[in-house]
Amino acid sequence: MGQIKLESVTKSFGPVEVIPPLDLTIEDGEFTVFVGPSGCGKSTLLRLIAGLEDITSGKISIDGQDATHVPPAKRGLAMVFQSYALYPHMSVRKNIAFPMKMAGVPVDEQNRRIESAAAALNLTDYLDRRPGQLSGGQRQRVAIGRAIVREPGAFLFDEPLSNLDAALRVGMRLEISELHKRLKTTMIYVTHDQVEAMTMADKIVVLQAGVIEQVGSPLELYRAPRNVFVAGFIGSPKMNLLTGPEAAKHNAHTIGTRPEHIAISQTEGTWSGTIGVSEHLGSDTFFHVKCDAFEDPLTVRAGGEVALKYGDKVFLTPDLTQLHRFDAQGLRIA
Amino acid sequence: MARAVTPQRKALNTAIAWGIGLLIFFPILWTILTSFKTEAQAISDPPVFLFFDWTLENYSVVQERSDYMRFLWNSVIIAGGSTILGIIIAIPAAWSMAFVPSKRTKDILLWMLSTKMLPAVGVLYPIYLIFIRMGILDTRLGLVVVLMLINLPIIVWMLYTYFREIPGEILEAARMDGASLKEEILYVLTPMAMPGIASTLLLNIILAWNEAFWTLNLTAAKAAPLTAFIASYSSPEGLFYAKLSAASTMAIAPILILGWFSQKQLVSGLTFGAVK
Repeated sequence: MGQIKLESVTKSFGPVEVIPPLDLTIEDGEFTVFVGPSGCGKSTLLRLIAGLEDITSGKISIDGQDATHVPPAKRGLAMVFQSYALYPHMSVRKNIAFPMKMAGVPVDEQNRRIESAAAALNLTDYLDRRPGQLSGGQRQRVAIGRAIVREPGAFLFDEPLSNLDAALRVGMRLEISELHKRLKTTMIYVTHDQVEAMTMADKIVVLQAGVIEQVGSPLELYRAPRNVFVAGFIGSPKMNLLTGPEAAKHNAHTIGTRPEHIAISQTEGTWSGTIGVSEHLGSDTFFHVKCDAFEDPLTVRAGGEVALKYGDKVFLTPDLTQLHRFDAQGLRIA
Repeated sequence: MARAVTPQRKALNTAIAWGIGLLIFFPILWTILTSFKTEAQAISDPPVFLFFDWTLENYSVVQERSDYMRFLWNSVIIAGGSTILGIIIAIPAAWSMAFVPSKRTKDILLWMLSTKMLPAVGVLYPIYLIFIRMGILDTRLGLVVVLMLINLPIIVWMLYTYFREIPGEILEAARMDGASLKEEILYVLTPMAMPGIASTLLLNIILAWNEAFWTLNLTAAKAAPLTAFIASYSSPEGLFYAKLSAASTMAIAPILILGWFSQKQLVSGLTFGAVK
């Protein structure tokens, strides 16, 4: 229960077309992440699926049923908002009960579902509090609880973690992933954070300016980005993208090499350069190396204990078997 | 750096504030004092301030001559009824303006307000005729309707301002949770806007309570509220200041007491959204 299909969906705000014709199928039970820079249309796309915005043309079907003109309440989808959007005048219990109250679920059943959701989300002690008395992480859990109890066909998450601090974000990321494994319900998750996309998704949809740049599993996108945009967007730190004579040597307009696919040495290598800023993460060290041949510094990953410092002369050697090549249009060359 | 406030300056500010407050309150105070004087003392020259023979005679005369409770009851029904009716109509209007605005929303709001710029007497004649035709002259229903219409622009404006402070995402969440438009307004919007709705309610009760033009022109005996009660004591044949003052005091007492108890709500409601 929860296959969502978009066929030639478009959306315009007045004369501005934010989503040109777009086709996408999200399979039942899949964890799909829409990722892209701000303003790429990912939230708009989610709101179109939710029914909070009307599509300009095209068709949306949920489980094979045409849902294009079905109001949001009747689509059987639950949504978790970036701002949590809890009802401030209701207790946590009433917040979670609200969708069931609207659906006319019997009170006994409501209570059973509230208790079980609260237990799963560590909210049992907070059921009688108001949202204003909770921390950000707890509020987000309430919002998720409110979505779970409806037993929806699919969950829609609109940047749900961006208001949380970094440590909480990692924790909630795991909780949501675990929730998905347990419920096996379709989830669509919008984020601008490619780390969230990589760690959580079964399928990533990379968007730019309302256009789908690539759809695939996290590793497919990582290993074989379809174009320069995806290559630069997926992966942290970013892929090193080089143009000019060095790219021409490989019969390409642009070549890309990931930080972990460059060997660093103090004695010999393909490109010579000097160490700039280095970021020590303990397990890894990322060196920003200014090479004589390129304008922009290259990012190189090395072990956590590599003892190189600012200004040291080094040589870099890319792993040619892992080289990504792109043509003048930015498309991948096989 | 915060401005330094010296004790002298604070004392001066307090004195000025009290001075202005007393100046504004003085006519009401004078009315109340006069209501306890005899008719002769009320018009004596130079006027007496506190040292006169306090008497309750005016109140008993006023009570004897006219049925205060009937006027009071009419005022309660007219002020309360017109405000509640206005709120019921204004909530959906303000909802649509605040949450689904169109290009013309601002124009409509201004147009609504512009109806308040016309002097009321300009439409007295047509409204009077409509009232006669509809047979609602000197009825409480007629006054409820006309006062509701008079204050509707203000109610819509106030509610619109409060509603705009409510994040749209919460209403969208309600929609996702399966709430119909009616349920969204009833269970989510209205409770969240309650402080704003309450102060709108209070302000409009006060405005409707004090409204004198329509209540005097469209009533005679049956539906006459307290404004008519006061007016009946200001006659061209001879002015009875003390009795007029007693009637006025009786007429404004209920609304003064209501205002006093709700002043915190009123102030917080009226400054809502001013500071963020």
